[in-house]
Amino acid sequence: MIEIKDIHKSFGDNEVLKGISGKFQEGVTNLIIGGSGSGKTTLLKCMIGLHHPEQGHVYYDGREFTQLNFEERIEIRKEIGMLFQGSALFDSMTVEENIMFPLNMFTDQARSEKLDRVNFCLERVNLEGKNALYPAELSGGMKKRVGIARAIAMNPKYLFCDEPNSGLDPKTSIVIDELIKEITEEYNTTTIVVTHDMNSVMGIGDYIIFLHEGKKFWEGSNKEIAKTDIQELNDFVFASRFMKAAKDKL
Amino acid sequence: MNFTNFGKYILLLKAAFRRPEKMKIYLKAIFQEMDFIGRGSLGLISIISTFIGAVMTLQIAFQLVSDLIPKTIIGSVNRDSSILELSPTISAIVLAGKIGSAISSEIGTMRVTEQIDALEIMGINAPGYLILPKILAGITMVPVLVIISMFLSITGGYIGGTLSGAVTAAEYMQGITTDFNPYTITVALVKAFVFGFIITSVPAYEGFYVKGGALEVAQASTRAVVISCISILACDYIVTQLLL
Ligand SMILES: Nc1ncnc2c1ncn2[C@@H]1O[C@H](COP(=O)(O)OP(=O)(O)OP(=O)(O)O)[C@@H](O)[C@H]1O
Ligand SMILES: [Mg+2]
Repeated sequence: MIEIKDIHKSFGDNEVLKGISGKFQEGVTNLIIGGSGSGKTTLLKCMIGLHHPEQGHVYYDGREFTQLNFEERIEIRKEIGMLFQGSALFDSMTVEENIMFPLNMFTDQARSEKLDRVNFCLERVNLEGKNALYPAELSGGMKKRVGIARAIAMNPKYLFCDEPNSGLDPKTSIVIDELIKEITEEYNTTTIVVTHDMNSVMGIGDYIIFLHEGKKFWEGSNKEIAKTDIQELNDFVFASRFMKAAKDKL
Repeated sequence: MNFTNFGKYILLLKAAFRRPEKMKIYLKAIFQEMDFIGRGSLGLISIISTFIGAVMTLQIAFQLVSDLIPKTIIGSVNRDSSILELSPTISAIVLAGKIGSAISSEIGTMRVTEQIDALEIMGINAPGYLILPKILAGITMVPVLVIISMFLSITGGYIGGTLSGAVTAAEYMQGITTDFNPYTITVALVKAFVFGFIITSVPAYEGFYVKGGALEVAQASTRAVVISCISILACDYIVTQLLL
């Protein structure tokens, strides 16, 4: 479980997060939703220590993270898998080397064992046999999927995904959503997914927090979100005519 | 580089010299960097050194108009200035352009595309993984290149001198072998070591703290080369003052 308490973060005069708290349980998919520029990525980066919040705390199963020094953070970070919004693949390495990289760094497995793991991860994101390609030779959606494969390579206890299915076709999107849900349930991972994809919200949103104007505006499950009367949330979730029609039918 | 930057530079170096996570991976990276710095720059350094040696010989001969001074002096002046100043310093400045800009744009690009963040999230010490192998390769390969450069510069002097008739082969050979002080080689190697450190660490620092995009990466590369060159010349003066 990850708990955040009263996270504040500004960039200069731009106050992006104005005190966000929440509890993300293991074994369920937790979503952070909100409009573009609402601070979703910033919140995620505060949680993993890439941004330093001015105020607030992050607890990984009770272990306070923001106060730790570099060495102490490493222990927690080894348990984290992260998919970046821009994939952040190592572009001097092939797909295989990218996924194998954390295994090389932190395990003493034999090469064949590591290769099995790489192929297993690639299979799960539907990229079998793409081992030898370089990131520059992949499409945007393929990079995303390699990013996911790399994030799950070490069997993380905490999984963070920043817009895992932006840039993917609807079918692959659902495959990725299902994969995230499966991994979460199978390994009892604490999973936090940033998204503004409404299919994901409806499909896998066990616990959702909605960021608006730097605050946690709403929290609840995908079942509750359909019934909400809050104007801002409705404007966001049911922005498209299609979703509006779907809602009216409910 | 002002004082806060200098402080940040020192802290980054301190982080780079933390104990490596996996020795094997670091060793592989060190050999790759040595190959890039050493073999990758060999051609350039060879051409430059040979020509500089040749030109130096012609110039010394041109300035030595007096018949009172023996022609053998041409060889020994060329030898000493090649070893003490030209080979270490010119090699370092050329390498700052070639290697420094490559290091700074490589690390800078990794920064703006969040690859450094990705390393950190995995629990890897990014300064160590990215910078340490480059510094170690720099402080070992730059001295090697400088030794090759000395040798070629003196050889270039022989070729230039004899081809132009400024000095005979026998006079030149006698010049470069008389009154040789091996201590000059030590001074040159100390310089090469210091320059190797500057050429790799300064660009790594500039790249590591890039903020923005492609434009800022390019600006950081330029800054890296300029600051490296100035630091090389300043350290050149300091080392010469201390050791000679
Ligand atoms: N490194 C940074 N420096 C300065 N401002 C930043 C930085 N990162 C984000 N911001 C600002 O913080 C705000 C939130 O950005 P953030 O990337 O968290 O949005 P987001 O919710 O992830 O949006 P999107 O859905 O488009 O990815 C924006 O106004 C942005 O300008
Ligand atoms: Mg974002």
